[in-house]
Amino acid sequence: MITLNINGKEQQLEASDDMPILWALRDVLHLTGTKFGCGMAQCGACTVHLDGQAIRSCVTPIAAAVGKKITTIEAMQNNEVGQAVQAAWSEIDVVQCGYCQSGQIMAATALLATNKQPTDADIDAAMSGNICRCGTYPRIRAAIHVAATKLS
Amino acid sequence: MNAPLKSQPLNISRRTFIKATALIAGGLVIAFTIPQAKRFLMPGAKPEATGDESKKLPAPNAFLRVGTDNTVTVMLAHSEMGQGIWTTLPMLIAEELDADWSKIKVEHASAAPDYAHTAYGMQITGGSSTTWSEFDRYRQAGALTRAILISAAAQQLDVSVESLKTENGFVISGDQKISYGDLAEAATKIETPKAVTLKDPKDWKVIGKATKRLDGAEKINGTAIFGQDIHFDGLMTAMVVRSPVFGGSVRKFDASAAKQIKGVHKVVQIPTGVAVIADNYWAAKKGRDALKVDWDLGPNAGLDSKALLADFRKKAASPGLNAAKAGDSKVAMAKAEKFVEAEYTLPYLAHSPMEPLNCTVKIDTDTCEIWTGTQMQTTDQQAAAKILGLKPEQIKIHTQFLGGGFGRRANPAADFVSEAVHVAKAAEMPVKTVWSREDDVKGGYYRPMYLHKAKIGLDNNGMPAAWEHVAVGQSIIVGTPFEAFMIKDGIDATSVEGTADSPYLKSVPHYQVSLHTAKTGIPVLWWRSVGHSHTAFVMESLIDELAHTAKKDPLEYRRALLKDHPRHLAALNLAAEKAEWHKPLPKGVFRGIAVHESFGSFVAQVAEVSVEKGEVKVHRMVSAIDCGLAVNPDSLKAQMESSISFGLGAAMQSEITFKDGMVEQSNFHDYQVMRMAAMPKVEVFIVPSTEKMGGVGEPGLPPVAPAVTNAIFAATGKRIRTLPIGNQLV
Repeated sequence: MITLNINGKEQQLEASDDMPILWALRDVLHLTGTKFGCGMAQCGACTVHLDGQAIRSCVTPIAAAVGKKITTIEAMQNNEVGQAVQAAWSEIDVVQCGYCQSGQIMAATALLATNKQPTDADIDAAMSGNICRCGTYPRIRAAIHVAATKLS
Repeated sequence: MNAPLKSQPLNISRRTFIKATALIAGGLVIAFTIPQAKRFLMPGAKPEATGDESKKLPAPNAFLRVGTDNTVTVMLAHSEMGQGIWTTLPMLIAEELDADWSKIKVEHASAAPDYAHTAYGMQITGGSSTTWSEFDRYRQAGALTRAILISAAAQQLDVSVESLKTENGFVISGDQKISYGDLAEAATKIETPKAVTLKDPKDWKVIGKATKRLDGAEKINGTAIFGQDIHFDGLMTAMVVRSPVFGGSVRKFDASAAKQIKGVHKVVQIPTGVAVIADNYWAAKKGRDALKVDWDLGPNAGLDSKALLADFRKKAASPGLNAAKAGDSKVAMAKAEKFVEAEYTLPYLAHSPMEPLNCTVKIDTDTCEIWTGTQMQTTDQQAAAKILGLKPEQIKIHTQFLGGGFGRRANPAADFVSEAVHVAKAAEMPVKTVWSREDDVKGGYYRPMYLHKAKIGLDNNGMPAAWEHVAVGQSIIVGTPFEAFMIKDGIDATSVEGTADSPYLKSVPHYQVSLHTAKTGIPVLWWRSVGHSHTAFVMESLIDELAHTAKKDPLEYRRALLKDHPRHLAALNLAAEKAEWHKPLPKGVFRGIAVHESFGSFVAQVAEVSVEKGEVKVHRMVSAIDCGLAVNPDSLKAQMESSISFGLGAAMQSEITFKDGMVEQSNFHDYQVMRMAAMPKVEVFIVPSTEKMGGVGEPGLPPVAPAVTNAIFAATGKRIRTLPIGNQLV
């Protein structure tokens, strides 16, 4: 039995220490907003926050999260920056298939939490680990700027 | 299909059968079927007898439901995979129904013959065809429902039908109004009208207006459910270890270590390999890693893409089967003064949608339920039925949101669904079979590798006078149920689309396009824009080579050749105008242009590119499209942005190669695709058009690669004839 803090709640779960956070969220707790895309930190679909930092949950074992705070897409509506990002995503109508968008929003939220006015180069650096096969990149870029403006 | 752009009465009794029935939940259901004249028969299916259509109607199906709670639920006959039909098809219904847009709900329809594609005759999402193929059917459903609701209101108010109008979910009589929900029950007793008149386009309030996605909110907050997200009590997760070489088979396997992994329940052999059934993905993966399988690698163990390409090159030395011909190219070639002679090659490509393939299967005695994201319900249903000895109608498919498709989820071989059914059958429990990214990259069904060889003779005006063109590559249609109607005289139409029917050849007096269909053992499939994904690159590069040889401006050269092709010209001119083709660019930045027709739409693109130390940077893509009516212009723009990203990523970096029978790539680190930093600025312009409607999901892709490589030529004088561009300039 391992105890994790997920979206502000302490949760006990039966899982092996080496299980990646991704599968604990999806298969044990059935929080399926966080997505599986590559399993080797190449695509960013699994991005969650660990103590506020964007991490790839597909390669981070739950043992590494003990005593830390895991935040997922399901809690973004309660986060000021997350709200602004989601509102911008809606305003720009970013999504297509939508599968990568939880990860994109988590990465964008982590970026804006530390960088209030990211430049295009900052966005490239922060977001290039998140693949979108539908190619929503121009809209993601536009939406991050919209969110930044709203937050400032 | 010709989209009627003026209002016209539809004779329903002839064209459509309509039936109003009550659902258990209450409310009005509109169900109808279409005549089956255009149905493509699947093997073994019997052609329907001709005669009175109304006496042998298939089971009614439902396209929309008016609830007593005022909701209007639209059932999608097609699958939402990002292309936006979750919004576009409801727009068609809402327009004719005068529905309250905020009350629209959307569901994927079940898998049933009555949801067959109006042109293809089976349930399929592909060929960039959803909007044009449903333009009449969904508008009719809306118009009929409106007529029924008006009749119900007329009875209730004891007024004439003519005195009533509808607006925003209400029937209005003078200063009285009744909501559609309040009429839903009464409407079930109304006789269905025999004909309805669709709105005059000048009265459209919804069609043609940029409309936000109806699936936006759930895809932003993480609640949207994809196949991967299916969960119910007792559901297991399976991973399959497959042969490292296509066509290989299991000799024997040792599951003892796999079974020691906590959470692993069973290890079963299936036709495609060995499946590990476990509580969750992580246990299944660890179990699979611990499996020891002895493979008979089969006949493809020596497969090598370099050797394969050399073999293609040998084949291209002589003409293949004739695909298109005019005049006598040999004689004309002898008279030509200048020549362009070139070989172009393009690699195998994986679709790699963001959501790895997965399929959940629950088998009961006389029924089987399947949850998956599929583009091709009909063949999946038939494949599952065959495996289980059931009838297709006993297979219930619950289509989920697709985390991307691009053609991979429309497999006539039903590969991932069939395999998942085998797993659940062998395991004797409900199972979700999940592919890893490595399984996806190595799993086949690629865009086939192609080699094109062309020799073009120019006349003394610099225009092409003789054109000899040989293509070599695999057919995606051979061996599928589509073979009977898509392969004629040995030519797979999808192998030569964009070459054999090229508008440029229409102005060439002597030409021959021929095809060698290669057999390799590598499973291939349609990949976004199908044959156009290679033919447009070749044709638009060759035209650029001709313009250069003739010392003419590439835009003007195309204009001259396309003077009798107004829709090509309109797209070309709009893109050139918006990109300011003749204006100078900043130092070091160069332009390239390309135009191509596919899936009934015409797209031109201008790329702005710089090359520094061999590194290619695409700064801006200006795109113009004539697709006829743009039902949702913003969705169209999104699809163009999407096609540019998909096409550019592939052109720059993607390739699947083989060595010792095995795929050399495995995940996104070595099968590289577009990422944020490489994404150019994209501008999309729509040609105002009342021409026949075309598609928008794919036509933006074909001109991307040649626009970029033509710009690279302008920048460096180096002609890129092999994709991906990769490090060729370094």
